[in-house]
Amino acid sequence: MTKLRRKIYMVAGYNTISMGSGRKEFHPKKERPGLEEYIKEAGQGVLKAIGGAKNVDETVFGNFIASRFNRQANIAGFAPFIDEGLKYKPATRVEGACATGALALVAGIKSVLAETAEVVLVVGVEVQNTVKAIYGADILAAAGWAKERKDGHAYFFPGKFSDRSKAYAAKFGAEKTREAMAKWFTNAIENARLCPTAQEYHNTTKDLVACGMVKPNPKGFVDSLNVFDCSKVSDGASAIAIVSEEGLKRCGISKADAVEVMGLGQAEDDITRTPEDITVLGTTKAAVTNAFASACITKDKIGTVECHDCFTIAGIMAIEAIGFAEHGKGTEFVLAGNTTREGMVPFNTTGGLIGWGHPTGATGVHQAVTLWEQLTGKAAANQITFKPERPYGLSINMGGDDKTLVSIVYKKAE
Amino acid sequence: MDYTERLQNVTVLGAAGKMGSGILLLTAIEMADLSLKPENKGKTFVLNAMDVSDAALAGLMKYLRAQVLKAAEKKVVQLRTVYADRKDLIDNEEIIREYVNDVVGIVLPTTLLESAYKSTLVFEAIKEDPALKVKIFSQINQNNSKAPWFYTNTSSIPISKIDKEANLGGRVLGVHFYNPPAIQKLVEIIKGEHTLPELVEFANTYSKNLRKIVVPSNDFAGFIGNGHFMRDALHGIKEAETLQTKFSFPESVYIINKVSQDFLIRPMGIFQLIDYVGIDVCQYIMSVMNPYLPNEDLHSDLLDKMLEIGVRGGQNSDGSQKDGFLKYEKGKVVGFYDLTKKAYVVVSELQPKCDDALGKLPASVQPWKAVVGNPAKEEVFKTYFSELKGMSTFGAELANKYAIRSKEIGLNLVKDNVAFNDADVNTVLLTGFFHAYGPINEYFN
Repeated sequence: MTKLRRKIYMVAGYNTISMGSGRKEFHPKKERPGLEEYIKEAGQGVLKAIGGAKNVDETVFGNFIASRFNRQANIAGFAPFIDEGLKYKPATRVEGACATGALALVAGIKSVLAETAEVVLVVGVEVQNTVKAIYGADILAAAGWAKERKDGHAYFFPGKFSDRSKAYAAKFGAEKTREAMAKWFTNAIENARLCPTAQEYHNTTKDLVACGMVKPNPKGFVDSLNVFDCSKVSDGASAIAIVSEEGLKRCGISKADAVEVMGLGQAEDDITRTPEDITVLGTTKAAVTNAFASACITKDKIGTVECHDCFTIAGIMAIEAIGFAEHGKGTEFVLAGNTTREGMVPFNTTGGLIGWGHPTGATGVHQAVTLWEQLTGKAAANQITFKPERPYGLSINMGGDDKTLVSIVYKKAE
Repeated sequence: MDYTERLQNVTVLGAAGKMGSGILLLTAIEMADLSLKPENKGKTFVLNAMDVSDAALAGLMKYLRAQVLKAAEKKVVQLRTVYADRKDLIDNEEIIREYVNDVVGIVLPTTLLESAYKSTLVFEAIKEDPALKVKIFSQINQNNSKAPWFYTNTSSIPISKIDKEANLGGRVLGVHFYNPPAIQKLVEIIKGEHTLPELVEFANTYSKNLRKIVVPSNDFAGFIGNGHFMRDALHGIKEAETLQTKFSFPESVYIINKVSQDFLIRPMGIFQLIDYVGIDVCQYIMSVMNPYLPNEDLHSDLLDKMLEIGVRGGQNSDGSQKDGFLKYEKGKVVGFYDLTKKAYVVVSELQPKCDDALGKLPASVQPWKAVVGNPAKEEVFKTYFSELKGMSTFGAELANKYAIRSKEIGLNLVKDNVAFNDADVNTVLLTGFFHAYGPINEYFN
């Protein structure tokens, strides 16, 4: 992907709470906000900060699969529900499984690049606690190839990443792999405890490493992952505005409150094919390579990463895909503390998918919001310090088993 | 006849009752799992769910469907393998639905006792009435050409007596589940004098397949479980009665209930446990046991009095607790019964005075919930009970006395050959009553 032909900014990010087990206010049998409430809260959160709906040219929604979780399709129809001022303006809904959120960002970026819009409101949303996890697994399995479902695990995606974890452990050492996964989990929860919207914000477990080290139970779950290795079932929405220079002016937002999109990388792999080497996230690597090329930077400039840790092992493999560690050495990189908030490159500073939550269609947008907060100094208790030689932020949003990938490079606007 | 054949035609008598419905559920799942094994393809499995009321049977089928659904959701990982060759079943949801239909499909609800005439195995969970049990067993036995086996869930009637009076020739065994059978891990197995060994062998395999913990008990009225519980309850009742010289009736019940729960770190106080089982059931079990205990009087005037007034305890069909000695709201204790006023007194009216009289709990106290799953709980109890022993408060004195009596009851069960050893008594209390420590212990020496 080439350098972007126009300056693209993101401003006014907003996250709802990531609701689900772990939050004190969550009770599976009690009534909770639905799709509508999440969309409205996140959408209005952004509109308020950019001078209202009158400044918006179009809306893009990211939603994976409300058609099954909530019996709701035609999500674009919720744009005027956010604010009447969006009535008769363009709205689109995009989908790419768990990469849906970043695909929505891409759609917004491309619209601004194409000069068909100066201000795009992007809202990612998913409400998944409407069904028990065992049925949610059926729905989420749609992110894989449908013809693989029959032979797949009851928990389809945990099954896929359990296979990856097993193969990785066999190749590079079971003990070290497990320890690194436990460390990844610990980092995720520690970061989430600082973020009031995170699903694990209320987590008070004393010995996180012990949780992470729990032996997997293949009879009740999958072979090589325990429940702490997995992101939880979440309800939530995140929203942000994508704007041009003109859009910034229109919204009355200064560059100090904006991040610039420096590079964009997308990559797709054949959904019907099994990866050649399941210890590698090849498509992730391709997307990150594209993003770096687009931003004209190398990994050494990256000061923080929001990666797609739907499972702890995916976080470790993402480190290798970015190039921070060689194949098989991602575990050591984590165990050495490089990914903690004080480390060389803090990863997932608000908890990532495991700590903050994974409302699938919203995740890509949440990553953008976190990077916007960090780079503009709005991350409150989660704020990390950037070193001058590492001023960039990187996001990786993955759909399916390393199939649909979006990677974006950000920097504080100048 | 092998294990599978024995389970091809089964009847549960009293299937819609509290115990029967649980036994039916577990047996239906076991039978369906057998039927789904490749080697059993084409074999028919029938489970007659016999009870006297159509309305109760309709409720039973609803309960069964809901419970099997829960069980299926829990074991969907294995079920995907079981249904691997069914190309039409792809999602978990489809597999779970199919399994529920397969389990429920083998259950035939009926009000006709004749259904049991073709069964090779009969589970009985009807009223604890020796004459009725004998009558029904005889009738089935006389009309069934398959020499059926009878597994009775009696918790108090001697098996040898049933065997002899119903003329079953040793084809009867006590298989005593604990309430609720679907959850409680304990099964007491009680062999009569002439019970055939193959009945015991089968019951052991069956219980293990159900992932139950089996404790053999001798054929003596009340066996281990009720042998301890009824005497433990009578101790509590007598203590409460003694207290009435200084305290009102509801205050006395409050005090003993609190001592037996909080001071002794048990899952519930003794009066709450009586309510849970049912005041009427407790009275009945005592009346069944009593004739076999010439040196004891297992009887309580207080229980009689409560029942005369119409306060019975027990549970509603949805599993919620009915009011008894205690009053409950959403599972929480909110009041205590006042025999004089024939009404409940709210907890807050009794609590300050009684708690003050009892004195403080030892500093190292932990609630039952916090300690029951603790692998190092023995150390916790050692510290706690040594502290309790050293205290001279009213509460500590009552608690020490209670624990010593509980141990004495346990030791007597072994001495009287009801239990084979101390460990079996403790296992029954640990698994059947969810106690965190066995009554036979060294904490109070």
